[in-house]
Amino acid sequence: MREAEVIVIGAGMVGAAAAYGLARRGLRPLVVDGGDLDYRAARGNGGLVWVQGKGLDMAPYQWLTRRSSDLWPELAAQLVQIAGDIQYQRRGGVTLCLGEEELASREGTLMRLHNRPGGSERDFEMLDRAGLEKLMPGVPFGPDVAGASYCWRDGHVDPLRLLLALQRGIKELGGTLLSDQPVRAITREQGIFKVRTDKGMHGAAKILIAAGNGSGALARQVGLDVPVRPQRGQMLITERFAPILPLPAGGIRQTGEGTFQIGATQEEVGYDLATSVDAAATMARRTVQALPFLGRAKLVRHWSALRVMTPDGHPIYAQSESHPGAFVALCHSGITLAAAHSEMLADAVAAGGFPDEISPFHHRRFDVQKAA
Amino acid sequence: MFRRLHEPTPSVTLTIDGTAVLAAPGETVAAVLLRTPPFHARTTMLSGARRAPYCMMGVCFDCLAVVDGERSVQTCLTLVRDGMTVERQGKEQGRDLEAMA
Repeated sequence: MREAEVIVIGAGMVGAAAAYGLARRGLRPLVVDGGDLDYRAARGNGGLVWVQGKGLDMAPYQWLTRRSSDLWPELAAQLVQIAGDIQYQRRGGVTLCLGEEELASREGTLMRLHNRPGGSERDFEMLDRAGLEKLMPGVPFGPDVAGASYCWRDGHVDPLRLLLALQRGIKELGGTLLSDQPVRAITREQGIFKVRTDKGMHGAAKILIAAGNGSGALARQVGLDVPVRPQRGQMLITERFAPILPLPAGGIRQTGEGTFQIGATQEEVGYDLATSVDAAATMARRTVQALPFLGRAKLVRHWSALRVMTPDGHPIYAQSESHPGAFVALCHSGITLAAAHSEMLADAVAAGGFPDEISPFHHRRFDVQKAA
Repeated sequence: MFRRLHEPTPSVTLTIDGTAVLAAPGETVAAVLLRTPPFHARTTMLSGARRAPYCMMGVCFDCLAVVDGERSVQTCLTLVRDGMTVERQGKEQGRDLEAMA
């Protein structure tokens, strides 16, 4: 049996970021991870650090997303020291709009977000076709591209290099990472949480459950009833090209290796990792409208992954009332929020509670009775 | 460098970067590239490093070349045909986006 100040359950994007932050704070976390064949959103996502358009239904989510984007450059600088290039860029991003109607609708959405009570600084601008061509000279956009929304806070990163860097950081900073040890049960004895895996028992005064779609079953054992479900996203990736797309364009980004990553679908199919030709065709059609030259690109991979989805799509952060010291964190924006998790989530677990800014993310928001 | 272990009667003529090369029916384009100076199939899109056929079974994507005008053909999975034109693929094909559209 290993003992630690804190056990983090899950070394995906949320657990690894939080554990990295805990390790930086000197807490020497014990991170217990599942098997290679588990559902792993951290290994199947699109790599966007994305702000624009987020938080329409929840102001604190917009705040958290912006905060994380602002914390990202410092996290990236640390990780480059640990693991070398992670291909992080924060030079802004665009959402391409096909046709004037789509452009007008996009502006309407972003203005609604901007004009919401409470007000907020404006970090986006709408670009017409000429403005878009000025921002990204030489990109051969298709004739249907009417313009785009641009947000300077947007960026992207290689998600696999990011995950590797966080995990390496945990170990270099005194933490321990145990792979292939899915957690079977959590109990509490005399104020100490006992975490049982197939390979042994581990103990800690605090635990953070960050096990993605597996979090529901674990969190219930410590009095946290978190609603979470898988949502499938399919992605495509092309052969490599010389650098041509300087900024990520939402569902289309050119990676540091030169490939174009295209995604993603949003499908309610439960635990089904299949891919479909229909989805590929739909994504490819829109992509070729935006960038016609990709019509002759070879696809080299097509895969699906399962998002970690909550009823309103926003993160859940909570500490158990019946089992103080037991925390849960889950979200589907693990890349974007990685910097927030390595700072704010790590601080909260270290301090033993969430600050006021995070309290709106408690899952009790789903318990409010519906008005008759 | 690579050479054939036995010499069947070549009866197929293809061109590689404009030069006529003799090959035997049933050979893959990658096999021909491996025994034809300067022995590589392509240069990479980012650094321009040379890449030669490696896995010979459709997995590594290092044998890509332009075959009869089509970019990024996996030459280890492509048999030679009489009159076929093969071009070693380089960065310029990646940049020539207008021509691809």
